[in-house]
Amino acid sequence: MSGYLRDVALLTRKDVLLELRARDAVPALLLFVVSALVVFHFALPADAAELAAKGMLWVAILFTALLGLGRAFQAERQQSMLDGLLLAPCDRSAIWLAKTLATIVFLGVAELVALPAFALFFSALDWETVAGIALANLGICAVGTLVAAMALASRARELLLPLLFLPLAIPIVVGGVGASVADDGGRYLGFLALYDAVFAIISWASFEYVVTE
Amino acid sequence: MWSRNNAVPALAAAAGLLVCASIALIFFWIPEDADQGISQKIFYFHVPIALTAYACFGWGALKAFLHLWRRPPGADLESYVAIHQGVIFGALTLITGSIWARASWGVWWAWSSEQLVLFLVLFLFYSAYFMLRFSVEPGPARANLCAVYALFGVVLIPISFLAIRLANDFIHPTVFTSQGPQMAGSMFFTFCVAWAAILTLAAALYHIELAGKRLDVSLRELRERLA
Amino acid sequence: MTQGQYLAAAYLVVFAVVLAYMLIIGLKLVRLQREVGQIARLAAERDPAPEAGTERAPERQEIGVG
Repeated sequence: MSGYLRDVALLTRKDVLLELRARDAVPALLLFVVSALVVFHFALPADAAELAAKGMLWVAILFTALLGLGRAFQAERQQSMLDGLLLAPCDRSAIWLAKTLATIVFLGVAELVALPAFALFFSALDWETVAGIALANLGICAVGTLVAAMALASRARELLLPLLFLPLAIPIVVGGVGASVADDGGRYLGFLALYDAVFAIISWASFEYVVTE
Repeated sequence: MWSRNNAVPALAAAAGLLVCASIALIFFWIPEDADQGISQKIFYFHVPIALTAYACFGWGALKAFLHLWRRPPGADLESYVAIHQGVIFGALTLITGSIWARASWGVWWAWSSEQLVLFLVLFLFYSAYFMLRFSVEPGPARANLCAVYALFGVVLIPISFLAIRLANDFIHPTVFTSQGPQMAGSMFFTFCVAWAAILTLAAALYHIELAGKRLDVSLRELRERLA
Repeated sequence: MTQGQYLAAAYLVVFAVVLAYMLIIGLKLVRLQREVGQIARLAAERDPAPEAGTERAPERQEIGVG
């Protein structure tokens, strides 16, 4: 097991280092999420409720994640590194776990800027929203990484990813928006945790079949 | 192989008989609903079609699981055909549900109807399944991808159902069920006959489509061998 | 529209979809039939033994009828 964790740590470190050197994804995500918030300001009528803005925040996060997930396997695709990774003597699910962790890190960095920007532009955030976003990040990245690996195998990569991902992400939006707008946010946080657990387990178990024949 | 093919005429005959029987029961035996009037009779087809769609998705996921576990030849094709049937019946659920919503609530679409919203989500999800399937080269890799996605589908069904129920709490605080009061015995009997009819119809269509697809595959193999 | 008409519409939709499905399956059968014919011809060309050729011709016809 310690070997497994070491593999995961090494693979995650590789992705983070690549990002630190090339700075491919995170600046784009930051710019996108802030631009999206500005667009939403103009999309919402002036007297729109504060609740509508919270819903928009979730839309912004979802689409930012989608943008990041589209880039998740970029390096592997360009230099056919995925074949090399698959030849490496490590469990295939470790590749998924590492990629998921790296994507969570990138998305988290984007949100570190997006949430204060939201508080500045729209309204203050309560702790339920922040907890909801943290839980949603897990689910989005767990499912999204698997689906991105699927889309990678198809001819219509960029086109297919949102189609595959959005129906799976609808429960996340329900849980997240519920946590931010409902009076009893705890129930929705529990639902998000359930989603994370269920989908993380099946993604972890089935990743091997997605990348091998 | 032959015994399997003989199942098709039997299933088709059973489906024809049961569909006729259920239509006769629905229109000539069951009294009109006191509250909803004649449009309540949509229920006897709408709900069995929905349950059959779930059964098809479940069957497709079962075959997908078998494919990943034991890799019997043909499980991928069976999973695909079952999901195809599920999407057809899911689309029928959406259309009949929409008509029912119009007849009883006066609107073509009701976000408060959990069944309809769930089917919309599933319809989108399984449409993406077809997009995935048709944008990957045929082969073992595609079979794996499709099997994993089909398995995600059956996990998504209960999770989405829970999500839609939770969402109705903050989007539509009023809860109302589409089934109304408890079913009487005669209603339940008619419902069961209709459900059996739709299930056998789905099974017959499944086997017919599967036979066609298998024929297609063996013809292609034959052609490659001859060419 | 009256309630009865909505009911009829719902049942008609189901009926029409099943019919459309039959139509698609029928078209597919026609295509398969054509392909079987082509393959039978290919097989006959590849294996032009006189007895085999005469034996195969009625067989092909049978497939065409069925």
